[in-house]
Amino acid sequence: MTDAQWEVFSYEAVIAAGVLYFLAMLAYLVEWAALRRVASDEVVAEPVAVGAGSAPADAGRTPSLEEGPGRRVAMAGRLGLVLTGFATAVHLAALVGRGLAADPNRVPWGNMYEFTISGTFMVALIFLVGVKLRGVGWMGPIVVTFVLVALMAAFLGLDDAVLPLPDALNSPWLVIHVVAAVISTGAFTIGGILSILYLVKARAHPSRGYLARIPSLDRLDRLSYQMHAFGFPVWTFAVLITGPIWAHQAWGAYWNWDPKEVWAFITWVLYAAYLHARATAGWRGKGAAWLALAALATLWFNFIGINFFSTASQHSYAGEAVPVVAPAEAGSTA
Amino acid sequence: MSEPSRRASELSLRELARWTWRQLTSMRTALVLLLLLALAAIPGSLIPQEDIDSLAVTRWKEAHPELTPIWERLDLFSVYTSVWFSAIYILLMISLVGCILPRLGVYWRALRARPPRAPRNLGRLPESVAYETGESPEVVLERAVEVLRRRRFRVVTDDEAVAAERGYLREAGNLLFHLAVVVVLVGFALGGLFGYKGGVILIQGNGFSNNLTQYDDFAPGSLFDPSDMEDFWFRVKQFDIEWITEGRSAGQAREFNAHLDYRETQGGETRDYDLRVNHPLTIGGTDVFLIGHGYAPVITVRDGNGDVAISGPTVFLPTDQTFASFGVVKAPDAAPGQIGLEGTFYPTFVLDRDAEGNLAMPRSAWGEPLDPLVSLLVYTGDLGLDDGSPSSIYVLDKAAAEPVLKEDGRPLRLDLRPGDSVELPDGLGTVSFDGIERWNKIQISRTPGKLLALGGVVLALVGLLGSLFIRPRRAWVRVRRQDDGSTLVEVARLDRSSGADPEAGARELAEIVDALAGAPQEERS
Ligand code: HEM
Repeated sequence: MTDAQWEVFSYEAVIAAGVLYFLAMLAYLVEWAALRRVASDEVVAEPVAVGAGSAPADAGRTPSLEEGPGRRVAMAGRLGLVLTGFATAVHLAALVGRGLAADPNRVPWGNMYEFTISGTFMVALIFLVGVKLRGVGWMGPIVVTFVLVALMAAFLGLDDAVLPLPDALNSPWLVIHVVAAVISTGAFTIGGILSILYLVKARAHPSRGYLARIPSLDRLDRLSYQMHAFGFPVWTFAVLITGPIWAHQAWGAYWNWDPKEVWAFITWVLYAAYLHARATAGWRGKGAAWLALAALATLWFNFIGINFFSTASQHSYAGEAVPVVAPAEAGSTA
Repeated sequence: MSEPSRRASELSLRELARWTWRQLTSMRTALVLLLLLALAAIPGSLIPQEDIDSLAVTRWKEAHPELTPIWERLDLFSVYTSVWFSAIYILLMISLVGCILPRLGVYWRALRARPPRAPRNLGRLPESVAYETGESPEVVLERAVEVLRRRRFRVVTDDEAVAAERGYLREAGNLLFHLAVVVVLVGFALGGLFGYKGGVILIQGNGFSNNLTQYDDFAPGSLFDPSDMEDFWFRVKQFDIEWITEGRSAGQAREFNAHLDYRETQGGETRDYDLRVNHPLTIGGTDVFLIGHGYAPVITVRDGNGDVAISGPTVFLPTDQTFASFGVVKAPDAAPGQIGLEGTFYPTFVLDRDAEGNLAMPRSAWGEPLDPLVSLLVYTGDLGLDDGSPSSIYVLDKAAAEPVLKEDGRPLRLDLRPGDSVELPDGLGTVSFDGIERWNKIQISRTPGKLLALGGVVLALVGLLGSLFIRPRRAWVRVRRQDDGSTLVEVARLDRSSGADPEAGARELAEIVDALAGAPQEERS
């Protein structure tokens, strides 16, 4: 295929993935709507965690999914999960196609559109892995909705031509750095969703509906911690090891206090604070959850805000590529 | 009378000191300081910083004359070296060290201590199982030791119980992480104090010796010593660039390559190096980077007497992706009046017309010089170069200069192609555009401590992984012969990490019990 065909293929795959995510979202909605008619102690919180290989989350609740409304509910949930799986696979194809559309072929991380479709893919992938390892299938409706909205926003609002990477981005460190950044962003995003659920549930004391069926506060907190504990070292690797190595090679200084670096550092410090908060009386639970969300806000601000609003950053992917390899400051005097 | 009161105040002073120290090294303080550090880092990302983009700082100051003195007082143009930013991270480091040192001692003792004895009543622990067996207590205990050893627990036994512990490395990882943070900071500080970073724009063919006078801009650390500068020399022989001429990315440039001659010491042998983006040249502890390129139109100004007032390539700074570049030529020695030129160089000049046939703004269609043109406005008068104050070679001071006008009273604009020469009105002289050269922006930096910092973060990461993923836990097995001759076996487990996962814990307990009991036994709880 030619580059142009790959590009079209990639767009079509993004649309197809969007449609699949949408169908998955519908299936999940059916599931959760149907669940409203089933008393909440009849069904485990993880109706879709089939074959999840994890012990039942909260002992005492036993599944009764085999007959009656429970069965239909489980079917819908399973359908949602399978559709999410397909959507994620097509999403991956879109990424690959995007990389092949560039000349020369490259990783699909040249601009905001590409970062967003990569990041949303990672959120979906981490969700699927979480279903397998931790039985978080009940997050399905939220994750799928989030991915769908972000993907469509990228598609409609951020799309940009497939350009070759500027020379500065053409480094193996870019691949490692960005893979790590995208993975940790995905993990932090899922962790953030868990923290939101924790806070909402802690406030609502629900007895019915979605909130009543998701796992207990304790378990939400723990799952959130596990996500963050996974994301934090990866983020450390991305912004404090590979980032500086690459910055050193490309710009001549391993740490420039460039706005992008500053905000990556702020995010890092806040997640370190989150980990501390979990070990500090008075901050455990809600305080920690709020900190995790503050950290997530800085992460997204760094991605969206700095790209759009900062002209000082050498990391601006948003607008035009910088004219020179890096801006030549007119610092000299006559 | 005065005696006791003095002693009391001494006491309270010491108490105060101890209290302060306890506060400073508490987890809560660490948390607050971390939050403060995050907060304090924000302004530097929103306000231009002297060390990063001094031009932007100058512009900002011009645009905000009232705020400037306040901002300057608050060090907001150099946040990351400011007193208040340093104060926060120094406090954090003190807190960190004060927190770690005692924990090192505690850890050292814990390492050598035996796993704590089994509590009296294992059944009270949240994770416990009891079962009965016909085997004798000794056999069960012996097997318990074996099972727990195989699971890599550290084990001690007495007559009726086995106590086991594992996961000691978690605390080691945590300590390593926190110590490594200090190492990183030391490495970072070394670079900031003893290093330097400088830039120079070199016209193709020109050479550079590494000493202070040759830099265009130079930012030394506060303890920088010029005698540390390595004594090398290099010359840009030729600069290559590859323009993408077809496809959707036509017009982009890639594969920048500055072919250098260099000598590591002034008298050393001359070698070649292809300086490319992401491929710095390292000489000793100094790195040389290619970070930019552009055009330098060769412009000659002859004055009214026909003498050459200035001649040579003038660096124009690119303003966009098509390399339309802005620059200034100053001829202060021209007679009868000083001559200043200011304008734009278009590598591939085009002048579009819109639908109504009106002329659009001129632009460059391409970064490559296919149809180069330089378009200059002419000024004369006092260019402000004689009062001794520093002025940028990229800015024309027009405060006391006047535009040279055409006969119709409009400002005179010279549009020159290579080889063109134009006579200025009023006998001011002539301007000719003789050709085009290329320049490279080279950055040179020396950052001592960078490997220390790198080693520090790598260690920190290793420690972090240990701290987050090693689960310290204890296990106990207690046996008791019962009246009916059977043996009651109690097994319990205690997770000590902050991320303890009851599911994994339950699984581990079940596995231990299974291994201990062989076939599943009748369980009592
Ligand atoms: C530069 C400052 C600091 C950073 C970046 C930092 C970072 C971290 C991180 C990422 C963790 C998570 C590892 C884990 O949960 O096991 C952690 C844990 C810990 N930190 Fe710090 N820390 C800093 C300063 C301090 C200070 C000043 C103290 C002393 C009060 C401290 C005490 C602890 C303790 C006790 C833990 C273990 C908490 C637990 O059991 O989970 N840290 N730190």
